[in-house]
Amino acid sequence: MNLSMKWLNDYVKADMSIKDYCHALTMSGSKVEGYEIEGSNISNVVVGKILEKGQHENADALFVCQVDAGLEAPIQIVTNAKNVKEGDLVPVALDGAVLPEGKIKKGKLRGVESFGMFCGLETLGLTPNDFPYADPDGVLVIEEDCKIGEDIHSALGLDDTSVEFEITSNRPDCLSVTGLARETGATFRLPVNIPAPSFNGVDGDINEMLKVDIHNTEKCQRYCAGIVKNVKIEPSPRWMRERLRASGVRPINNFVDITNYVMLEYGQPMHAFDLRYVEGAHINVRNAVNGEKIVTLDGVERELTEDMLVIADSVKPVAVAGVMGGEYSGIMEDTTTVVFESAYFEPTQVRRTSKALKLKSDASMRYEKGVDRLISMTCLERAFQLVEQLGAGEVVRTVIDKDYTDKTPASVEFDAEWINDFLGTYIPEEDMINYLEMLGFKVENNMAYAPSFRIDIECKADIAEEVARIYGYDKIPSTEFRGVAEAELTQEQKFLRSLENNMVALGGYGIATFSFISPKHFDKLNLPADSKLRNPITIINPLGEDTSIMRTSILPSMLEILSTNYNNRNESAKLYEIGKEYIPNPENKLPDEPDRLAIGMYGDDTDFYDIKGITETLLVKMGIKDVEYVRACECDAFDEAVSFHPGRSAVVMKDGIALGIFGEVHPTVQENYGIGTKTYIGKFNIPEMRKCADTEITYQPLPKFPASTRDLSVICDDSIPVAELEKAIKGAVGKILEKVTLFDVYKGQQIEEGKKSVSYSITMRSHEGTLTDEQADGAMKKVLKALSAIGAELRM
Amino acid sequence: MKEQLKKIEELAVSELSSCTEIKALDDLRIKYLGKKGELTAILKQMGKLSAEERPVIGQLANKVRADIEEALSNKLTSLKASAQAEQIAKESIDITLPGKKQTIGNLHPLTIVENEIKDIFMGMGFNIADGPEIDDDYHVFEALNLPPDHPARDTQDTFYITDNILLRTQTSSVQVHVMENQKPPIRIISPGRVYRSDAVDATHSPIFHQIEGLVVDKGITMSDLKGTLETLMKKIYGNDCKLRFRPHHFPFTEPSCEVDISCYMCGGKGCPVCKGEGFIELLGAGMVHPKVLENCGIDSNVYSGFAFGLGLERMVTARYDISDMRLLYENDMRFLKQF
Repeated sequence: MNLSMKWLNDYVKADMSIKDYCHALTMSGSKVEGYEIEGSNISNVVVGKILEKGQHENADALFVCQVDAGLEAPIQIVTNAKNVKEGDLVPVALDGAVLPEGKIKKGKLRGVESFGMFCGLETLGLTPNDFPYADPDGVLVIEEDCKIGEDIHSALGLDDTSVEFEITSNRPDCLSVTGLARETGATFRLPVNIPAPSFNGVDGDINEMLKVDIHNTEKCQRYCAGIVKNVKIEPSPRWMRERLRASGVRPINNFVDITNYVMLEYGQPMHAFDLRYVEGAHINVRNAVNGEKIVTLDGVERELTEDMLVIADSVKPVAVAGVMGGEYSGIMEDTTTVVFESAYFEPTQVRRTSKALKLKSDASMRYEKGVDRLISMTCLERAFQLVEQLGAGEVVRTVIDKDYTDKTPASVEFDAEWINDFLGTYIPEEDMINYLEMLGFKVENNMAYAPSFRIDIECKADIAEEVARIYGYDKIPSTEFRGVAEAELTQEQKFLRSLENNMVALGGYGIATFSFISPKHFDKLNLPADSKLRNPITIINPLGEDTSIMRTSILPSMLEILSTNYNNRNESAKLYEIGKEYIPNPENKLPDEPDRLAIGMYGDDTDFYDIKGITETLLVKMGIKDVEYVRACECDAFDEAVSFHPGRSAVVMKDGIALGIFGEVHPTVQENYGIGTKTYIGKFNIPEMRKCADTEITYQPLPKFPASTRDLSVICDDSIPVAELEKAIKGAVGKILEKVTLFDVYKGQQIEEGKKSVSYSITMRSHEGTLTDEQADGAMKKVLKALSAIGAELRM
Repeated sequence: MKEQLKKIEELAVSELSSCTEIKALDDLRIKYLGKKGELTAILKQMGKLSAEERPVIGQLANKVRADIEEALSNKLTSLKASAQAEQIAKESIDITLPGKKQTIGNLHPLTIVENEIKDIFMGMGFNIADGPEIDDDYHVFEALNLPPDHPARDTQDTFYITDNILLRTQTSSVQVHVMENQKPPIRIISPGRVYRSDAVDATHSPIFHQIEGLVVDKGITMSDLKGTLETLMKKIYGNDCKLRFRPHHFPFTEPSCEVDISCYMCGGKGCPVCKGEGFIELLGAGMVHPKVLENCGIDSNVYSGFAFGLGLERMVTARYDISDMRLLYENDMRFLKQF
């Protein structure tokens, strides 16, 4: 909403500085986005009278003028303007003048001195709508009442200030000059005077000229109509054009301008029909018939449904009620009789119709927020007053008023003590009543009655807000609220924090990615057509395909970021993300949103054992011990297994629960993501990890007796996983085993093709006494036997 | 014999003084003080001496032994010192060479600030509540006093899954979940992702993070809301920051306010960052609307409360002077390493 300060001053004397004004209104609830002083980019331009106009001696297209610009002597100006003649008043930019396009300096044009420049509309930042009589391409020949030498701002009315407000959706009444006048009055404790409009009119019975019937009085609660005869369609006067311009509305002609003027002034949309096009001179406000069509003012044919409301004549719809008029409903050059409509349409009705038709207008936006339901007649009268003031036609004195509105004001209990308790203030009751009355409320017998333009008053808290904002939020004291409360992270939250801290300690950098992705990722991940991951939650109105589904796997997000980094020429990356996946749950109307940890890395000679090392350390730190690693391709726990190199990926299992998958990215997938180096990723299911984590720590006494260590190298088939050897060793040593450490795996010279040599260091310890050599050797014999049983023989 | 002893001492001292190696010192010790050493050899001849001479010579011999031992010990100390000095000199390295690479990563800047805010709130007795990102219309809109035809729904461009299921546009939905499941007193914050169909640019993202706060108890006032937010912002932005409470409108609070903070660039004088206003919009807040309390089964005649929501991204970009929000979601290593 743009407010003309000149217009505002018709109703309330707001003569404080514009900065103070804007600040105070912002602080009382009408947020000011900014203000613009009209013509502030113009200076040293005055009204000049052309005394003489002659041909330039050296140029056919130029003229030399002597101009009285109110200075001691006439000045000489060279111009190419053909549309000016001696005696004309024109805007003269003097030497040193500032215009929107730049500065003006005196100089010589083809050898003749020129001490200034004549200005056209465009030069002054104006349009033909502002001065319809002006030649749009020539110099502006001023037809205003002004003096020679007068500053152009006052001569042309470029001296208004326009304030831009951001009005919240609960206060549609402030989308009008009178609404903001009331706010201004209450904010500055100034009297506001909005006179009731009046008009003279000519004799005539409207009922002989027009008939109005409302067929749906719930959706259209009031319809006021009046007639203007013998109209003269012409541009509206300057003062009206100026105010429209300052309000951001383009002047068109006197009748259109009057409807816009009243709408800006009172917030009530109005419509002007040409009576010729109202067939049967009968206005019917009714529901549309399914399939009924209307071509709206914007030239689009629209099909209507029966839940929409139309303004129809006796044959066809002429307007969509509260939304937009029909093609022939408006005012034309040859219109002779105008019907003004001022009506109240129910907000939800307008909103639904506007949404269904995908058609918004200034009127629909006001109606759907809610206009003052009692103001229709006042606005019609105001329009008539303006018609008479502009001499635009003859107003028929009688009017039609079909009124089905409920006149009961909204009322809420007024309890000053409750308000003070609720706000934490000590505002005297008289002050509260005073604030409310300035805002148009009536306070009687402990009840507050809202004015009809306030559609937002429903409960005690609403009254408290009115009091608080006029009192001043800044004056409300600040207190720390009382009561002791203890807060701590839940076990889940602690687990997540520990997880992120451990990932950081392991060298990972946290990332944040979008939860929605492109369905193209399913193919990029190599997922088969029947993968359950291909069944995502889909957004029905996405920004684009790239963000159209909720991810069913966190891995594509990670791969995309690895790809970005690779393509940004970062040599290495080590990333992690703790984020959600979104999995449809057929048993629940809402999907599951399980937490996941993703890990991704490349560069720095990273290989499979780096990401495995991270996994191992992380799991131990998170309290998860004794896990098993199985080949990802032989395990159906994760659909993403197909995105990994089948020979270099593993699933982590703990007591039959799959905790995560990690390994090298499948070469095809790596290529699909445009990553030109070996890349390693992993995904871990956080709820499952938590389930398997033993976070209770109990101190284990340090050993009292020394350990015995034996080293051992065995030769076995290359195909035997070392985990099997380890399992055999653990089983054979039994209780006295402290740890088994693999320290070498060797293939090559001296070892038969297809075999490998594996070396272990086995540490044994008893808590009862020092182990004897016999005990240790005995255990080692069992180890060799157990290893031999699975095809691993001692290396000689 | 006296002369012999004195000669031994002289010889020993002179040989010691020219000795330059620790190993040679041992040889000298054996040569003079060893079982087959020169001093021992002389002492073996003590038996031949008269009874008068024996104690005198004995005393002298002991003194000579002690002197040589002391000289040996001093020499050892000085040789060790010079050997160490030499070693240290040899071991000197270029300490300006870079250190060996140790890798510790870091949290994402969004997480850093979020954790910080969570910790401050926990210190003020707020627990942390989580809620679903994909939720139904009731929890995101209707229970929050945004009935189906409410015009404010237009300002929150919502992503829909079905007519009734949607991506939450605000963490305020968690308020409803918490109040449905917990009796007052309630004191929670709820950080999380929210979704609005805004195209990506330097200051907009279709996904961003909010931190919602909710307090419900008997006798909670608007003064409490002001005091709590002032304490919080002083902890985050320092004691010099000033807050400005402006009336505003949210369907789920009444009275509602927007809270501005004195500009972190100019401190309130007015600069391009705050568009000359001296203040920057920070968060929305208000007293919980009685209808919202009633919708969640809380008697609004007995209880009152306040709620607020702040945007995490804005706090992060302001804190680190990040000019383009897209950087937060691009996750370039060169960006991530700076935090």
